[in-house]
Amino acid sequence: MEKIPILKIGDFLLVTIQVDMHDRLALALQDDLAARIVVSGARGVLIDISALEIVDSFIGRMLGNIAAISSILDAATVVVGMRPAVAITLVELGISLNRVRTALNVEKGLELLRRILEPQEYHYQ
Amino acid sequence: MNKLVHTRLAEIISKHESDILKEWLENQRAETRFGASLEANVQEQSREFLALLKDAVHQGGADIMTTEWTDVRAMLTNLSKKRVQQGFTPSQTAMFIFSLKQPLFEHLRMELGQDSEALAHETWMATLLLDKLGLCTAEAYQKTREEVIGRQQQEMLELSTPVVKLWQGILALPLIGTLDSQRTQVVMESLLQQVVDTGSDIAIIDITGVPIVDTLVAQHLLKTVAAARLMGADCIISGIRPQIAQTIVHLGVALGDVITKATLADAFAVALKRRGLAVQAIKA
Repeated sequence: MEKIPILKIGDFLLVTIQVDMHDRLALALQDDLAARIVVSGARGVLIDISALEIVDSFIGRMLGNIAAISSILDAATVVVGMRPAVAITLVELGISLNRVRTALNVEKGLELLRRILEPQEYHYQ
Repeated sequence: MNKLVHTRLAEIISKHESDILKEWLENQRAETRFGASLEANVQEQSREFLALLKDAVHQGGADIMTTEWTDVRAMLTNLSKKRVQQGFTPSQTAMFIFSLKQPLFEHLRMELGQDSEALAHETWMATLLLDKLGLCTAEAYQKTREEVIGRQQQEMLELSTPVVKLWQGILALPLIGTLDSQRTQVVMESLLQQVVDTGSDIAIIDITGVPIVDTLVAQHLLKTVAAARLMGADCIISGIRPQIAQTIVHLGVALGDVITKATLADAFAVALKRRGLAVQAIKA
């Protein structure tokens, strides 16, 4: 079965969704990611959806769920690279992902994650 | 019977054509008071119409939807269109036809004075005919007006949604005119596309030019803000006039955690600060 790879970069996990998401794939990703966060002790998760052209309410909710799960596991989630058409669709569906952080591209997403996590790390040192 | 009566109508028109035309023109002058510049124009139109009417009645009878009347209808449509452009009112346009009644009836009476039954019948037929033609002008007038309105709407839609880049990473969207669902869609699409193209993370939506903000407009604004946020761009709403602020509060519209500012300048200052920039006076 196809699988969405989860790459570890330093303290962060990078998930790049390159294929059209179907429901089972989304649920598998949710499981995998939760497990990887625990195993790797990642502090931040970047989900790149720049290749995603079609979203439905289920995928929208799943993005929200992943962010919620990550935050319970103490990892900040940033969704990056959403296409304009996808953003409009989600808004029209009434899914505004209020609790999910967003950025325009991976670079800006990484920057945002560093900015979010910096003060905390500073605090521990 | 019907055919016969109308042959008489055509016959009467052709017999007294110049007289009817003269009286008709006088009537039109009295009714519409068009300027001297249009005098020749109206004369030409009246002459043409009367000639066409005569032929059509002669050939086609009373039903103006038949092919024999095509020329008359085309001429009236054309005339109504011209009059829209020349700034005539609908009644002035319809008066072109209705002012023909009096001279026409006058001549019918003169011809058929003795035969009261034929006169009543002829008059009734002529009335029916002219009323239909009058409605035809009114319809054409209305249609032309609607075309104009439609074209203007389209133009407004096209020219009223510019997205401007204020600084590296800062976009501004000055909205002018009422926001309906259709415009919101266009605004949203062009803003999001610009966010991608310029890699901006702050967008200022300026609503100085939006005359009314009701719950629906507010909802449209919030939708745009939400969509921009999903793409990683924060929105600031600026240009909120005092009355608009009051309306928003009275309507109980929740703008949520969107930053709002009174002027575009204030919003720009916030945007610059977010990006770690500042405007400084150059010391002499």
